[in-house]
Amino acid sequence: MIDTAYLKQQAKFLRVETLKIHKAAPEVRVASSLSPIEIFTALFYGELLAYNPKDPRDENRDRLVISKGHGSICMYPLLADLGFFDQDELKRVCKSGSFLGGIPDPIIPGYETVNGSLGHGLGVACGIALALKTKKSTQKAVVLTGDGELNEGANWEAIMCAAQHKLDNLTLIIDYNKVSMLDFSQNIIDLNSLSEKFKAFHWDVYEIEDGHHIEQVYNTLKTAFSAQQQKPKVVIAHTVKGKGIPFLETHPLSHILSVKEADIDGFVEEINNAD
Amino acid sequence: MQIKAMRDVFLAALHQKMQKDNRLFFVSADFGAPILDKIRADFPDRFINVGIAEQNLINVSVGLALEGFTVYAYAIAPFITMRCYEQIRVNIAILSQLRPMNINLIGVGAGVSYSLSGPTHHCLEDLSIMRTLPNIEVFSPSDYLLAERYVERSIAHKTPKYLRFDAMPMLPASESVENFEDGFRVLQIGSKAAIIATGYMSQKAKKVAADFEVMVIDLYFLNAYDLEKLQACLKNIETVITLEEGFKGVGGLDSEINSKLKNKQVINLGFELKYTFKVGSREFVHEENGLGEQDLIELVKMLTNNDSYQNKK
Repeated sequence: MIDTAYLKQQAKFLRVETLKIHKAAPEVRVASSLSPIEIFTALFYGELLAYNPKDPRDENRDRLVISKGHGSICMYPLLADLGFFDQDELKRVCKSGSFLGGIPDPIIPGYETVNGSLGHGLGVACGIALALKTKKSTQKAVVLTGDGELNEGANWEAIMCAAQHKLDNLTLIIDYNKVSMLDFSQNIIDLNSLSEKFKAFHWDVYEIEDGHHIEQVYNTLKTAFSAQQQKPKVVIAHTVKGKGIPFLETHPLSHILSVKEADIDGFVEEINNAD
Repeated sequence: MQIKAMRDVFLAALHQKMQKDNRLFFVSADFGAPILDKIRADFPDRFINVGIAEQNLINVSVGLALEGFTVYAYAIAPFITMRCYEQIRVNIAILSQLRPMNINLIGVGAGVSYSLSGPTHHCLEDLSIMRTLPNIEVFSPSDYLLAERYVERSIAHKTPKYLRFDAMPMLPASESVENFEDGFRVLQIGSKAAIIATGYMSQKAKKVAADFEVMVIDLYFLNAYDLEKLQACLKNIETVITLEEGFKGVGGLDSEINSKLKNKQVINLGFELKYTFKVGSREFVHEENGLGEQDLIELVKMLTNNDSYQNKK
């Protein structure tokens, strides 16, 4: 049974911890790391994913490919909390010698693929999904991309390939926060209607109206993961870039904006006090 | 000796291996070969055609390799290297340093083996751009016997590799393959100078040097050969010519040899930095770039008469 209160609490925890990391390491992309928080919360704390902190490459894990790696700094506190690595490492983000950089790579336990260049995760996950099927494994492949990232053509090669090979053990989650680097994505490459695009490509499509409503996120992901339509699945999560920081939530340049160090404690308090 | 294409011999040997080893997986970007039809028919669950989509060819192959399969990704040489160079860099060169993967990129159409198809199919950049990536072995065989020998190595060495195959059927450069793991072989002994060539050019070097006192070395592991043995071979030779079907002076075979044989006079031969649009035979394209048989014979003649070469310089 879903424990909504617990998941909400964990999402709040990740948001606060992400801001604290940003305070110590202003280089990290904060806005794009705030939009997928409920998704990661549902996947890990909601136990929708099989994972093993003691053996991050456990054959019986689900393969989570975080293609928008730069926008997943919230995974640092999550992975540390679950025991993938020592909590103390969080104090060293972006410091010389740390494995926790501005853009996460698989040197971090819990990451599967190299990040920093966009549009790579889905194709690799197609190969993983194909391999899992060939091995008769019941584990699944899950990919998280942003929406701006879908401008990369390689994604669409993979989208066609996954449908062709009926990779129903593959789920793409789109953190549809609608802001790219220089503007609202609608003003750069308008992806609407994303759901119609995926339907036309023969994918099984799910949509989360509010990607910060933990119950909606949890329930939709759960439904998608268990579906058996002989099709790959996409979960389009409508999210807000910079969620939790009002000035970021509406700003077309939120991707490259930082939160002032002096303001962070105030935002943390607001988030902690919110219901 | 028979005339055969590298890919046919390699794929036939691989087909045999696939019968016994269910960890071998073949991925094609809609590029075929007669023997590939057999692989596709006999192992439908370990063959996939991703379509004309080289970026996805690499990514899907990487996913399979991460899951423990030994993967063969197959396409035309310029496309499997240059269309998807970023995928190779990020998901193979970089990722393989953290996560072991056995992935073999088979590019068919080395150099100007597709001479009639024009500049898109002339593959003159791959040696330098693939050599510049860490963590990838570059294999550039000169005949099908070497290609066949590589099947074992491709399975045993669990690292990324690029296999640069000629498209055309050819006779072997030598009757047998000895000391394969050295990464090079001497096709002809000689004392006045040495030609170090790779791929088809090794065969051409052997032909043009046949009547001269010139050593011909066929270097096929471009970044994994036994340097000490090569240096020993060349101990008494002062002048070395590098010869490749690739652009000259931009990081291919020539750059490898120049950086390793610093105490010798090295002359670099390769393609001028321009594309060739006029079609014709392979030899015609070579001639257009100053690499015709007669051009090479003249040079070898000059070198074997040291005085006249020095004077000309």
